[in-house]
Amino acid sequence: MSIKPFKSIGIGIAFSPNLKANLYEAARLSVFFQSKLFLIHVGEFSEDKIKALKVILNAFKKDHLDYEVVFKTGDPVEVILSTSKEKSIDLLILGAVQRERLLKYYVGSIARKITRQAACSVLLLIKPSVDRITCQHIVVNGLKHPKTEETIKAAFYVSHKLNSEKITIVEEIKEDQVSVKVEDDKSLRRANIIKERIKLRENSRIKEIISHIPEEHTKGKTIKLQPIFGKKGYSIGHYAQVSRADLLVMNAPSKMTFWDRLFPHDIEHILTELPTDVLILQ
Amino acid sequence: MSPRKNNIQDFLKALPKNMFSGFVVSLIALPLGLGLAMASEAPPISGVIAAVVGGIVVSILGGSHVTISGPGNGLVGVLLVAISTLGLESTYVAIICSGILLLMLGFFRMGALADFFPSSAIQGMLAAIGLIILGKQFHIMLAHKINREDTVDYLIEIPYTINDALHYGNKGLIFAALAGIISLTIMIFYSKIRNKYLQLIPAPMWIVILSIGFSYYFEIGLHETNPISKEYMISGIPTIQAIIADLPRPDFSGILSFSFLGSVLALTLISGIESLLSIKAVDKLDPEKRRSNVNKDLKALGIATIGSGFLGGLNVVTVIARSSVNVNQGASNRSSNFFHALFLVLFIVFFSTQLTRIPLPALMAILVYTGYKLASPKVVTKMFSIGKEQLIIFFVTLILTLKIGLITGIISGVITTFIIHIIVNKSAGLFLRNVLKPNVLMFKEEENGSYYVSVKHFCSFLNYFRLKKHLDAVPEDEDVIVDFSMCEFVDDTIMENINNYQELFSKRGGHFDVIGLDMHDTDSKHPFASRRLLPVPKIIKNSLTRRQTSMEVLAKDYDLNYSAEKKKDVSFLNNFSFFRTKQINHIYNELSQIDETIKLFDIEFSEGEFIAKEVVRSTMLHINLNISLPEFTLDREGFLEKVSAFAGFKDIPIENHEDFSKRFYLMGENVAEISKFFDDDVTHFFESNPYYHVESNERALLIFGKERLASVKEIKALFDFGKRLKNVITKG
Repeated sequence: MSIKPFKSIGIGIAFSPNLKANLYEAARLSVFFQSKLFLIHVGEFSEDKIKALKVILNAFKKDHLDYEVVFKTGDPVEVILSTSKEKSIDLLILGAVQRERLLKYYVGSIARKITRQAACSVLLLIKPSVDRITCQHIVVNGLKHPKTEETIKAAFYVSHKLNSEKITIVEEIKEDQVSVKVEDDKSLRRANIIKERIKLRENSRIKEIISHIPEEHTKGKTIKLQPIFGKKGYSIGHYAQVSRADLLVMNAPSKMTFWDRLFPHDIEHILTELPTDVLILQ
Repeated sequence: MSPRKNNIQDFLKALPKNMFSGFVVSLIALPLGLGLAMASEAPPISGVIAAVVGGIVVSILGGSHVTISGPGNGLVGVLLVAISTLGLESTYVAIICSGILLLMLGFFRMGALADFFPSSAIQGMLAAIGLIILGKQFHIMLAHKINREDTVDYLIEIPYTINDALHYGNKGLIFAALAGIISLTIMIFYSKIRNKYLQLIPAPMWIVILSIGFSYYFEIGLHETNPISKEYMISGIPTIQAIIADLPRPDFSGILSFSFLGSVLALTLISGIESLLSIKAVDKLDPEKRRSNVNKDLKALGIATIGSGFLGGLNVVTVIARSSVNVNQGASNRSSNFFHALFLVLFIVFFSTQLTRIPLPALMAILVYTGYKLASPKVVTKMFSIGKEQLIIFFVTLILTLKIGLITGIISGVITTFIIHIIVNKSAGLFLRNVLKPNVLMFKEEENGSYYVSVKHFCSFLNYFRLKKHLDAVPEDEDVIVDFSMCEFVDDTIMENINNYQELFSKRGGHFDVIGLDMHDTDSKHPFASRRLLPVPKIIKNSLTRRQTSMEVLAKDYDLNYSAEKKKDVSFLNNFSFFRTKQINHIYNELSQIDETIKLFDIEFSEGEFIAKEVVRSTMLHINLNISLPEFTLDREGFLEKVSAFAGFKDIPIENHEDFSKRFYLMGENVAEISKFFDDDVTHFFESNPYYHVESNERALLIFGKERLASVKEIKALFDFGKRLKNVITKG
């Protein structure tokens, strides 16, 4: 893959205690991906703010970080969404709390609102850090979906850029694909045979996708395929947590209505209890 | 798959045994059927009809293997209420309706519904049913018929009845009461006498035979009438012709009334729960270790109940006591259930007149004993040992069931349990926020093929069905590891069910290990006590987990020292490169050889600090070697992340061992020394054994498998690996 998927990176900033960590993460990624960084601040322009940002980003001067600060007032969600459209931002970085309170879950925090509506890829950071914590293990979804091939390619691109050692591709298989209901020994045996067959089929599908990926991205990486039978969109998050992944890469959901939030499916499960940093690819 | 067996031949070969066990079961089923029906104030024969219809239908259509179906204990309370409020005709309609509901439950695969009831509440409900049976029948057993509105009044009046019985003047009553007392004595002491001839006939049948013999002795031997008062003899055992002639005409008029619907619901609920509990218990007894098709069984029970209702019989449920006798007598398939029904028909056809010679008190003694078993003080002490809070749930359910009714009782039990869980955890949010989330992850670990199950948030009766669904999809001869370390609260219902799974798996050649509970606190020492994750772990813990007790046993078997205590002094680990970037919190659950050379322990360490902090628990093996060896790290090729601190070192190839070099990643500074150390023997050892992460710090070795706690089986494997590795290294 010669094209750069992330030409410009945007980050919404507030002058909170987390500012430095968020900025460092965003700047580091911009350097890794050689992309332009847009700092979107919801609020009035002021010299002090510019100065504060400059001080923090000074550390990246040697890496030739290209950045621009955008000031705009209004509703945070709208500002960030509209700016990312104007500046044609490819990747939006958002800091997020790991677990939502009950009320917020239905109303939605800012980060999650943006995630649901954004037209570009979104990276949700749950534990931004000033020092670089190497991203060693990436978990990526391998759903049977038209977007998946691009997602896996992008995951390999990211892992190549971030020097991660290990990629696990999780194929979530819906329970209803197993046509046999387990009720006694006989149906259990049949169900397990069907499961093995589905596993082989899924694995060969993913291997096919991997074979399309340029070798420089896959070289030297531990690639693991993990089929999981379970709830779609949930199992992968839980798996990422159990396997202590540093980054979870997902397809962007196709549609999103209020009902999807009421009866969470797919990505909503991950948004409600972010297991780790999550990258949602458009 | 195994080759298809010759089914018909096998079936015929097993037939005599099944016929015999069917016969023995019918000996108990006859008196129990009569007694249960009379206790419900239904015609005595209705219980036998239920057993016959149940035996025939369920044996043909059912999905379980060695269960027996018939009238159940639990239903006595509900039927009693139904018959007294609705009348007998409408009750038959209610029975038919509950059969339809049961059938639907089976069709919609709702067998899992029974999992939504906390076990303490079910225990409380069963105890209440036991008390209802005991309270009512105790008076009849002592030949003192009384009629009271409230079930509690029956219990309160037991002392008066005893007092009255001591002062009977009427000879008929004295003999009746004596028959009851002798029968009760037989029931109690039967199991204590181990005589193979006596045990040939079950206790209830002894009572029947003795009382019929007694009656004939007076009639033929003494030419006198039976001294037991006529009022206390079984009346109205119809002949088979009469049964067919007098089929009840179901009265469908009152089916929309509130009390009717309540009865239908209660009948369905209780017969469902009783059947499912029994099937689960009998599956554990099955010598051929088969898994019952619960939903198919529910369907069969539903159809049987409908048929039984139309023929004038009671609800058909799966019954535990008769099923266990069935298994003990060597039954191997459903045909025994069929034969049990067949023999019952024969009894009615040939001996229906003899059956009227049984005195009521004798029959009721059987029921008093059954009731006592359901509500025995042992149940209460078991509840208490699991936890004091269980007693509250138990008694709330018990008292409300007695005072108001079954449905109210069980619902209040569920609510009480939920409230207690909230109080114990001091958080309602934990439950409300997560109850709808799919909190269980299961996947097959590719490395060793065992199933790994991780449970998040909380695990209680509310969401047990999710865990159960996953666990049921695992064949019982596989290895399962259930990890509760991300689970803040695990209740006693789960612990009990997990324990059942453990027994089942160990019986069928699999392994079922639970990890991640060692950090949870309990209020009692009972293995089923509910557990919650402590924010600040206590220094002294109340009880050992099953894993810890297994480790203790392991220590005894292998002559090791075991200590569950946390140890903060972990300086011996600091030289290992693995811990270079990690902070060790403590080690615990330590197993060590007497000479302290080999130590195995659980360890808690953390990576990163403050917001990036991650706490990891793992099980590791430490071998102290007296010789010096080069510093190295050995891992399977590709697991680089464990040794990121080593960045910059290359894989060291070992000459002439390409397989080893290909599969393992070997790192270290002193290449020459390391190459010398990995001679033929050592290399061969690693090539031919499972992968572990092995590290040396010049004097000692550190070995571990995964970055999670090891199961007991894995501990044994790890220990063995370490011991053999030590032998290989120190041989020269």
